[in-house]
Amino acid sequence: MGKRVVITGLGVCAPNGINLPLFLSALKKGDSGIRFHQELADLNFACQVAGKPILTNEYINRYFTPLQRKGLAASGLIYGVIAGTDAWKDAGLGIAPKETPFWDSGIIFGTGILGVDKFRESIHLVDAGDTRRLGSTAVLQTMASGISAYLGGILGCGNQVTTNSSACTTGTEGVLMAYERIASGKANKILTGSCSDSGPYVWGGFDAMRILPRRYNDRPVQASRPMSASAAGFVPGSGAGALVLESLESARERGAKIYAEVKGGSINSGGQRAEGSMTAPNSDAVRRCIEEALKASATEKDEVDAINGHLTATAKDPVEIRNWSMALERSGSRFPYVNSFKGLFGHCLAAAGSIECVGSVLQLSEAQLFGNANCDDLHPEIAALVDESRIPRKTFAYTPKVIAKASFGFGDVNACVIFKAYKD
Amino acid sequence: MQDEQRYQKLKEIIKIYLPEDVSVEQVGQESHFIEELNINSANLVDIVLDVEDTFDIMLENEDMEQMQTVQDALAIIDKKLQHKN
Repeated sequence: MGKRVVITGLGVCAPNGINLPLFLSALKKGDSGIRFHQELADLNFACQVAGKPILTNEYINRYFTPLQRKGLAASGLIYGVIAGTDAWKDAGLGIAPKETPFWDSGIIFGTGILGVDKFRESIHLVDAGDTRRLGSTAVLQTMASGISAYLGGILGCGNQVTTNSSACTTGTEGVLMAYERIASGKANKILTGSCSDSGPYVWGGFDAMRILPRRYNDRPVQASRPMSASAAGFVPGSGAGALVLESLESARERGAKIYAEVKGGSINSGGQRAEGSMTAPNSDAVRRCIEEALKASATEKDEVDAINGHLTATAKDPVEIRNWSMALERSGSRFPYVNSFKGLFGHCLAAAGSIECVGSVLQLSEAQLFGNANCDDLHPEIAALVDESRIPRKTFAYTPKVIAKASFGFGDVNACVIFKAYKD
Repeated sequence: MQDEQRYQKLKEIIKIYLPEDVSVEQVGQESHFIEELNINSANLVDIVLDVEDTFDIMLENEDMEQMQTVQDALAIIDKKLQHKN
């Protein structure tokens, strides 16, 4: 039995809220962050809507020194630093003194690919024979671990500082990696989270795969439709989410506010066997992941009050619901409440897991369940499994004790974490 | 007069690379970029690029290696601008 681990800080930079209060308000009210982007139309994208945090230069300047700002073009790095430093501050933590880092504080902050716009700039210079003009930050902004490196330096963390990467599972996986490191006594605080760049060079590959909606360019707010019969693909998104995980004893010692407890969880892969492939999950692995998460966290199937699904708004949503139903052995009106925040900000790819974990934890601390957007026409296969009352369309007051959050990613990888309302 | 202008322009470039605890007033002609001004050595390549852009010149690898102090930088700028004219 390892140390108990709690969440003491949250930060977010999402398409529908660039900080925690704005994000919370948007989730409560059902405000969308999905907009039409002329840039995508000009480049002949079939899907011209996306979820992207809107930041002014003044806002970015609050988080970066003028020197760090110089030539800064890695959008994911910007979102990640904003969410990460906000979470750290929210936890009531300061930055390390000049000469010594915080030896017991670490960073596990993931991404899929970092600094794509900076990389593009570099490619143009290299191809023109101008490599000498790349400047000193081309590497730092485009190495995957750039995000943990920037945050590690800003805050002064001296424990493990690393970047994990497992496609759309990244953020949820990071929470579990942080949990394990603290539970085993190797660190007492970990800033975990994930970020994902914005823009056509990140989203283009998905557009080419024809898995993005094409008929909603004039109705962006309606484009992302998880669990609906008219789900037409996921809306690409970007941003960052961040959580400070801390040992309960450390949180108590400094009188920190506690949002919720991380009870544990599970990470696995379907091995791209059975119906699993590079892009589709092996359902057997998904179910095992959920079951093992319950086992690892000593949670009974009936204790799960709410699910925050991966539910991206593709034709696979009914399969995911069926897997939850089979793994939890619950259906109809006995099924837990279920929601997907992607209806409001799209699929933020590597950032999806962390942004959605922040939203899930807010449901515990705010005693509310946030409504699902754009699923008035519930998919019939979902309706056959789950009573409509379990899929709230509007935010309502409710005090969940246990929330299960899962994320699934390309490569047939899965993660499921169990959050619990904190009690002594 | 021209020298003074170049010096001021160079100081303007250097300013952003100074660590928090070094003020621009502490920059003198004799200042060593790394040892006295505590500028991160990785940023020297950025200073070179800024100098190239500001004065519309191009520095060679040897120039960069010789550029240790503010005075060195001014001398290199001077030499390059003379060659240009």
